[in-house]
Amino acid sequence: MEALGVMPEPRPTEPVRPLDVSRLKKDFPILERQVHGKRLVYLDSASSSQKPLVVLEAMDHYYETTHANVHRGVYEIAEEATALYEEARAKVARFIGARGPEEIVFTKNATEAINLVAYTWGRTNLGPSSAMVTSEIEHHANLVPWLQLRGEKGTELRYLRLRPDGTLDLSELPRLVDGAGLLAITAASNVLGTLPPVRQLADVAHAAGALVLVDAAQSVPHTPTDVAALGADFIAFSAHKMLGPTGIGVLWGRRELLEAMPPFLTGGEMIRDVGLDGFSTNDVPWKFEAGTPPIAEAVGLGAAVDYLSALGMASVRAHEQALTRYALGRLKERYGDNVVIYGPPEAEERAGVISFSYKDVHAHDISQVLDEAGVCVRAGHHCAKPLMRLLGVPATARASFSVYNDQADVDVLVEALSRADALFG
Amino acid sequence: MPGLEDLYREIILDHYRNPRNRGELPSPPALRAEGFNPLCGDEVVVSLELEGDVISDLKVSGQGCSISQSSASMMSTAVRGKTVAQARGTIKAFRAMMSLHGQQLDGRPEGTGAGPWANEVPAGTALGDQPGTAEALAGDGGADERSAAEVAADEGVELGELEALQGVVKFPVRIKCATLPWHTLAQALDEAEKDKA
Ligand SMILES: Cc1ncc(COP(=O)(O)O)c(C=O)c1O
Repeated sequence: MEALGVMPEPRPTEPVRPLDVSRLKKDFPILERQVHGKRLVYLDSASSSQKPLVVLEAMDHYYETTHANVHRGVYEIAEEATALYEEARAKVARFIGARGPEEIVFTKNATEAINLVAYTWGRTNLGPSSAMVTSEIEHHANLVPWLQLRGEKGTELRYLRLRPDGTLDLSELPRLVDGAGLLAITAASNVLGTLPPVRQLADVAHAAGALVLVDAAQSVPHTPTDVAALGADFIAFSAHKMLGPTGIGVLWGRRELLEAMPPFLTGGEMIRDVGLDGFSTNDVPWKFEAGTPPIAEAVGLGAAVDYLSALGMASVRAHEQALTRYALGRLKERYGDNVVIYGPPEAEERAGVISFSYKDVHAHDISQVLDEAGVCVRAGHHCAKPLMRLLGVPATARASFSVYNDQADVDVLVEALSRADALFG
Repeated sequence: MPGLEDLYREIILDHYRNPRNRGELPSPPALRAEGFNPLCGDEVVVSLELEGDVISDLKVSGQGCSISQSSASMMSTAVRGKTVAQARGTIKAFRAMMSLHGQQLDGRPEGTGAGPWANEVPAGTALGDQPGTAEALAGDGGADERSAAEVAADEGVELGELEALQGVVKFPVRIKCATLPWHTLAQALDEAEKDKA
């Protein structure tokens, strides 16, 4: 099987329009600030994106006019708060092509969403005689929960291998999924930008009887998502990487699966009835939302979804892909072999993240030098230590893009990198 | 706001480009300790030989950023040929320099050079609770209120060119890089002492 390495095709109805980035930048108040006397050039959106004013205002407005606990009060503002919270759920459902809002579980972040599946579905359905398949390029969020499960249940954990070209070796997939109960795979690597062909993998996994969990933390913010087209059974992502607030994430799961799963955290809200000798659980998705949820954050996420939808996710992907192509070209043209770029060589085959090293300057030092020029990039192992070991580097620097980045940002990055020569050359 | 020149002093860059006492001593007889910073992958290996109470030879190896590697190189020149007690004294003084309250070398209260955050971040919370930071180095939770200069004087040691590393304190995330070799040295000395006992 060949690694296709392309994002799923955008829904055909979605037109691709160029983004007016100079106008968009004005929507993000933080981009007006300076650091070290320089314009802030934020190239760490894969870590966490910045927030447009409409998101901040939606949250403020909610607190100023509507806040009350949800699903509890019988009074006006409690009804309104509940409606806003549930409206946010419906927006997210439409955004990813879910069949309905009941398939959207709000969590703390993508990490918690994956853990929810590991702790409930995983511990119910996987045992010492079954297996899980993941890949060598996963973020720790989609690796450690399965290692933990392996430790507790003795379930074998198998890996799709990385190929030298930055894609996954899919030739072993049929063998790996044989007898497996789960395939847990990223839709976009936060280090390499690799875009595994999720649909193809899902079809093979399903044919073998395995379920498919997709870590969509780096894909939902950057490309059209249609869970049906993806062929997933669960997907996980975080609001804070998609122009929304911290503190809220999403687990989407097929309704039948969610209904059959035992609860995760227990307490208020997730119950239907409680007696002194037991409880029964609420309907999905509330069954998985114990305690007071992140209400304002849900409102903010809803506003972020509106903002992205107005831009059009196909347009977002086209913009970021073009910018990635530009950045790859500029880095190579300016620095040649002194810059090593990790991951697939072509922009079409990768998400808008570029991990790189420069001569033998350590990533920390690169990041420090860039900071002086106002440029924020990530330096480190990007929560993917097994992958870093494969790459044979302790750390890389990583630039990543969002809707508010443009070629001028890339130019500042490329120029600033040369400052490393003066210090470390 | 601190600038790059506060961090990358010429002496530091020189030690980074031309590391001193680089390598490993055959172990045994040398004592060996490895330090690792899981956050950034920096690695330092310290191997040393004792003749009586004197560190007769010491080498460092490993890999990492300019701050961890130059700190390791400077440390090697500072403690090689010194007694174990002097080395421990230097560790203490270095630790004080890397802490928020001990950074003023001249013993004056916190002043201009430290950056605005220094007063705002309570010592022992943001930095001190993480392994590998200055506070963790001596394991006493940072109760010591003395300046680096006072500690050095009390211990009868001199910081010398190590003072060039004081700018690191203005870049809190880099403190762990600077202290890693020292943490590793302390470990090696502990081993040595255990061997003797
Ligand atoms: C691919 C991937 N998965 C999961 C996560 C975890 O996201 P969070 O920290 O918001 O739970 C990240 C975040 O860096 C990521 O890049």
